[in-house]
Amino acid sequence: MGDQMTTPAERKRLNYLNADYGVKSWLLATDHKRIALLYLLSITVFFFLGGLMAVGIRLELATPAGDLVQPDTYNRLFTMHGILMIFFFLIPSIPAVFGNFLIPLMIGAKDLAFPKINLASWYVYSIGGLFTLWSLIQGGVDTGWTFYTPFSTTYSNTYVIATALGIFIVGFSSIMTGLNFIVTIHRMRAPGLTWFRLPLFIWAHYATSLIQILGTPVLAITILLVGAERLFHIGIFDPAYGGDPVLFQHLFWFYSHPAVYIMILPSMGVISEIIAAFARKRIFGYKVVAFASVTIAVLGFLVWGHHMFVSSQSPFTGVVFSFLSMLVAIPSAVKVFNWTATLFEGSVSLDTPMLYALGFIGLFTIGGLTGIMLANLGIDIHVHDTYFVVAHFHYVMVGGAIMGYLGGLHYWWPKITGRLYPVFWSKLAALVVFVGFNLTFFPQFLLGYLGMPRRYYSYPEDFQVLNVMSSAGATVLGVGYLIPMIYLVWSMRYGKRAGANPWGAVGLEWETPSPPPTFNFDETPTVDHEAYEYTSPTETRVA
Amino acid sequence: MADAHPAGLAHHFESFEQQREASFFGMWVFLITEIMFFGGLFAAYVVYRSAHEEAFVLGSSLLDIRWGAFNTVVLIGSSLTMALSVWAARTSKRKLLVVFLLLTVLLGSIFLGVKAIEYSHKFHEHLVPGPSFAMDHFPADEAPYVQMFFNLYFMMTGLHALHMVIGIGLLLSLVVMAARGAFTPENHNLVEGVGLYWHFVDIVWIFLFPLLYLLGRSA
Repeated sequence: MGDQMTTPAERKRLNYLNADYGVKSWLLATDHKRIALLYLLSITVFFFLGGLMAVGIRLELATPAGDLVQPDTYNRLFTMHGILMIFFFLIPSIPAVFGNFLIPLMIGAKDLAFPKINLASWYVYSIGGLFTLWSLIQGGVDTGWTFYTPFSTTYSNTYVIATALGIFIVGFSSIMTGLNFIVTIHRMRAPGLTWFRLPLFIWAHYATSLIQILGTPVLAITILLVGAERLFHIGIFDPAYGGDPVLFQHLFWFYSHPAVYIMILPSMGVISEIIAAFARKRIFGYKVVAFASVTIAVLGFLVWGHHMFVSSQSPFTGVVFSFLSMLVAIPSAVKVFNWTATLFEGSVSLDTPMLYALGFIGLFTIGGLTGIMLANLGIDIHVHDTYFVVAHFHYVMVGGAIMGYLGGLHYWWPKITGRLYPVFWSKLAALVVFVGFNLTFFPQFLLGYLGMPRRYYSYPEDFQVLNVMSSAGATVLGVGYLIPMIYLVWSMRYGKRAGANPWGAVGLEWETPSPPPTFNFDETPTVDHEAYEYTSPTETRVA
Repeated sequence: MADAHPAGLAHHFESFEQQREASFFGMWVFLITEIMFFGGLFAAYVVYRSAHEEAFVLGSSLLDIRWGAFNTVVLIGSSLTMALSVWAARTSKRKLLVVFLLLTVLLGSIFLGVKAIEYSHKFHEHLVPGPSFAMDHFPADEAPYVQMFFNLYFMMTGLHALHMVIGIGLLLSLVVMAARGAFTPENHNLVEGVGLYWHFVDIVWIFLFPLLYLLGRSA
């Protein structure tokens, strides 16, 4: 539909992709758009590696007996699944790819504030990834992604140090990205682009970056202490040396709970963009949604104790953390309500990105509501360490974060590559992902409620029907993730050319050609209007 | 690009002022991450000290307050020479800049030398945590926590010393650049950035000294 907008002059012009060729021009790129593509490639590799681990888990759990892998192998499978998916896919995913690509475009800047630090962050990410891959090839780790002491420091005889080092290193790439975004958003905005004219995608990334710079260093020092204890047998967390293992849990969750919001906030930013574009309306209650992102980031630092309701916490502390955890529901619900209100009387079109956005709203709501259930002390003790918890965070991480990621990928793909992808296949894939996801994870709520514990490789026969449903769903979900891989790669060569603005959306990133030129804009734009200025639904509609 | 950019101004900045603001702001954000990094250790210190105060006071009394106090003065002196370096860069005094930077390196090195002497004393007194730790010098119920104090002492001062080593490396590269005349009154952001870092490392010590050497000594 954007084909007729492309003039011959536009076709020949230089952009960030054809400005330079050769391996060196990519490996030494300081252009934020090229670095975003380097990240896209790397995180896709880790996503499918992490997915492979999930295949192992679901295959083992298809039958009640522990018959496919050894219990040790199973422990390593779920540990590596968690580590790869969280630290090497979800945390970098939307910020490092779309944030990197779009923040300068959306604020009318030529690049991020520190292009070389941006490139360095990708190298740091890759080095951390190599350490983790090395430990994976050596046999992996069996501590769970949470590295609880003293198991991780004293008893586990797997490659804890190499993996921990990998996570320590990759943390610095996350810090570099966050630092770059904060400075860029503060100092590089185009003339006239005030804070309340920023797209909500920028607000979401600003909040995310705050968590990245405040939380990640604490994870770094915690991992350093675990490493020191394991290597030199000096006691910080090990009770045998007078240490307190619960201190580890406090320090670990001080980062790792806010890290959940590192994963979900950027996704929420993507959803705000998509909803506005495909409802042809300004986001309802723009300021409230913007502040909700920051509120989630701040509250996120005050709730870590809800991971520790059953580890020696006093009932009083438990009640306080329970209350604070429920507070997070308020800004989250504000977002869901405001997106819904935006859809109301909007001119809604169900293009592929919108399908993912609508899927996000439904699945995130289920993930969020079960989160409130888990924040209740009584319910949490009943379902603690069961599949209920597993289902809950997969609804938020996969149903939320990855749906948002795929929505963003389909929304900005024409901008990134200058090509359109096939409509039929992309809509089909969105449907397959939605069905496969629910079939995989909804049965896990039931399993958890019935008492099936997580992290076991065998289970009583009563649980088999639900487990087979889950394993079947995982297969469907895997197919749903493979289809976009195929047609997106196909579209890079054979897809129709996308014009500058195939969706008829509003925003600075759509005012420059697709793919954008190296310095983004021929002239620095000046902004004199609010974000999402969709005037009349009929006028702005293209084709 | 069509419009000629002045030398020293990166392509993606509109003006020296924007470049300077971005560079400063970036450094401050980085220092916030450093506060959180050290913060984890300080939190561990607070938790264990409040749980085992007597053992911590016992451990603290074994540190040499004279070396600690001497190092505090040395480090504050290095912050002065660092501030003078920034002034010299701002006012284009190339020779003075090199001199003040070298003085800062010298004072930083003295600090590290003293730290090495202190570490070797602790090593000979069997106060380094591990199998050779002098457990039998202390009451049996306090000994593990005295060792815990020294764990934290070595982690905290060690991490601080690592930051000093990095700082000295940065200062030495500034010396080379300054001697070549790389800094102008418009663009000496690197000197100011390293200056902020150096002051930060100094301030960390200002907290470490009382926490590790002084607290509980009068009791």
